[in-house]
Amino acid sequence: MAGDAPDGDAAAERRQLTVRALARVEGEGRLDVAVRNGSVESAQLNIYEPPRFFEAFLRGRDFREPPDLTSRICGICPVAYQVSACNALEQACGASVDRRVVELRRLLYCGEWIASHALHIYFLHAPDFLGAPDSVALARSQRGAVERGLALKKAGNAILETVGGRPIHPVNVRVGGFYRAPTRTDLAPLAETLRRALDDAIETVRWVAGFEFPDVRLESTLMALHHPERYAIEDGDIRTSGGGGFPVADFDDHVVEYHVPHSTALHARLDGERYLTGPLARYTLHHEQLSATAREAATAAGLDTECRNPFRSIVVRAVEVVYAVDEALRLIEAYERPEPPATPVTARAAVGRGVSEAPRGLLYHRYHLAANGLIESANIVPPTAQNQDAIEADLADRIGEHLDLDDAALTALCERTIRNHDPCISCATHFLDLRVVRR
Amino acid sequence: MPEPFPPSKPTLAVWKFASCDGCQLSLLDCEDELLAVAGSMQIAHFLEMSSASVDGPYDLSLVEGSITTAADVERIHRIRDDSARLVTIGACATAGGVQALRNFGDVAEFADVVYASPQYIDTLGTSTPISAHVPVDFELRGCPIDRRQLIEVITAFLAGRTPNIPNTSVCTECKRRGLTCVMVADGTPCLGPVTHAGCGALCPAHSRGCYGCFGPTPDPNIASLAGWLRRCGMDEEAVGRVFSTFNVAAPGFEEGRRHGR
Ligand code: SF4
Ligand code: SF4
Repeated sequence: MAGDAPDGDAAAERRQLTVRALARVEGEGRLDVAVRNGSVESAQLNIYEPPRFFEAFLRGRDFREPPDLTSRICGICPVAYQVSACNALEQACGASVDRRVVELRRLLYCGEWIASHALHIYFLHAPDFLGAPDSVALARSQRGAVERGLALKKAGNAILETVGGRPIHPVNVRVGGFYRAPTRTDLAPLAETLRRALDDAIETVRWVAGFEFPDVRLESTLMALHHPERYAIEDGDIRTSGGGGFPVADFDDHVVEYHVPHSTALHARLDGERYLTGPLARYTLHHEQLSATAREAATAAGLDTECRNPFRSIVVRAVEVVYAVDEALRLIEAYERPEPPATPVTARAAVGRGVSEAPRGLLYHRYHLAANGLIESANIVPPTAQNQDAIEADLADRIGEHLDLDDAALTALCERTIRNHDPCISCATHFLDLRVVRR
Repeated sequence: MPEPFPPSKPTLAVWKFASCDGCQLSLLDCEDELLAVAGSMQIAHFLEMSSASVDGPYDLSLVEGSITTAADVERIHRIRDDSARLVTIGACATAGGVQALRNFGDVAEFADVVYASPQYIDTLGTSTPISAHVPVDFELRGCPIDRRQLIEVITAFLAGRTPNIPNTSVCTECKRRGLTCVMVADGTPCLGPVTHAGCGALCPAHSRGCYGCFGPTPDPNIASLAGWLRRCGMDEEAVGRVFSTFNVAAPGFEEGRRHGR
């Protein structure tokens, strides 16, 4: 395999666990753990996804191209890339987008949240709690549940298809808005699908709430977008669990990417601290902004006002699906077709920054534009790079608590720990492919 | 025409090289057919979906992604040796994908721009399709592939017949849908005349010109289309860029890519 782990020397006093190819994550990654004399020496999540150089080849492209180009970074959250790119480029060009376009974008994004979360919950994550290798095996004992997951995912994909043209790499998103805005009639069948999906979503929360959760607590700082009026998805300012916050314009002053000697990946720190973005952060910071139905489902599932247990992220995702279905229904009900479907945007020499909440965490784009509309430089900070430090800290903690487990059991626990965070390795634009040779 | 698979459950493997995962996700997006596919084949290796993996040989391998590292060159040979049939899925696997933009630039310089320690990057100077390395039994186009076509390809291979995947252009699908031509009616630049069918003319249906994500038709008339693109207001650089996306390294788009250079 490309990802064959380096041949470590596995010295006698040293216990080395290697997951050669992580399953049920997006993209390809590897985990190397070294334990020496009974304590965790290192826990490294190594990503061997080969580099694809997106930021380099975005230079010299027209400012209208990033929504299509950057969506190809990740097939599972293309809308996140399209929306963060649009936000950044519209900001650079000083364009203010029609409110109705913003609502339609949010609807599209709800589709991605539903489809992506349903995929993670039912296909990637639930099998861990139920002792199955995958959802197909799970379907043998719990066919109804897997069918419910498929129906839910399909409902999310139906939004992506109706608003975006197709579920993977939607064709309808452009800087300034959309190519064609759907009519109210186009959206009507969605409402029907979503009303059924709401029952499935609530049932999903009930289902996952019944799983068994190890009692752990993650201490990292949490960071999520904040919007004054609603649960932030498609835009916002930044808030942290320490009570701090800053506008997106200051992102580069607070979030610094850096190399660590033990890892092949770029990591990121928030004001020098490790931090976590994604569902736990969003829920803990803003759960009071969820819809009444989603809040009820959360309470019934035993969620408190914060959730710092990564194993319970599956419950938070399920609650977010309830919210996204609810919100999509509200947006369809209130839909006014934007006319024209896009605001004209004229390029100028400027820097633009854009953010949004991908299902697995905050996604930041920055572009420098020249006056002729060509991109001079691009920077993309995906959620996985931001979460990498926190994931590794979480791994080191779990391993430290369970050194009594044999290698197979400990390895399985590590894999679960990684999947709790839903790392999207394909979108890790910065990850290097480096073989570490140990001596 | 491939031989039908033996009556015992044929094995399916799904492999990933440099890619966005979108094409293999298309299989999981077949919500209505997935359990049926899983019932008629044994999913022997599919890391995105399952942590259980069975050793080969495999009856059918679906390969996503392009070859960008020396290790991947070796890996694709091993997969080919282990697979009775090998089908590539998507623009990355059939044409090198968007990452093939490196083929026309300087990879060392690209690495410098993206990475602080570029000396650590172990990558080839090119991104190449699977067929550049091993024989391929069928190539399914698209960035991403169309999931209905994927089901057709899998069913065809199960039955031992040739997949029914039309080789025409997006224009024919546009006409069949009764859409008004966006280029003729609105002067919107569109690659439909030279782009392989398969999406059902999605972009024109959304009042947008095709941007070529299914790659070139056989024998595309690039010179003629370039004239139309200029008439729609594109300058030479823009014409070059529009051919330089997800299928930039496809031989059929080569003439287009050279515009403005
Ligand atoms: S062809 Fe497109 S959708 Fe498929 S893996 Fe490559 S980038 Fe993703
Ligand atoms: S119209 Fe062209 S660019 Fe659009 S989806 Fe179809 S092949 Fe791809």
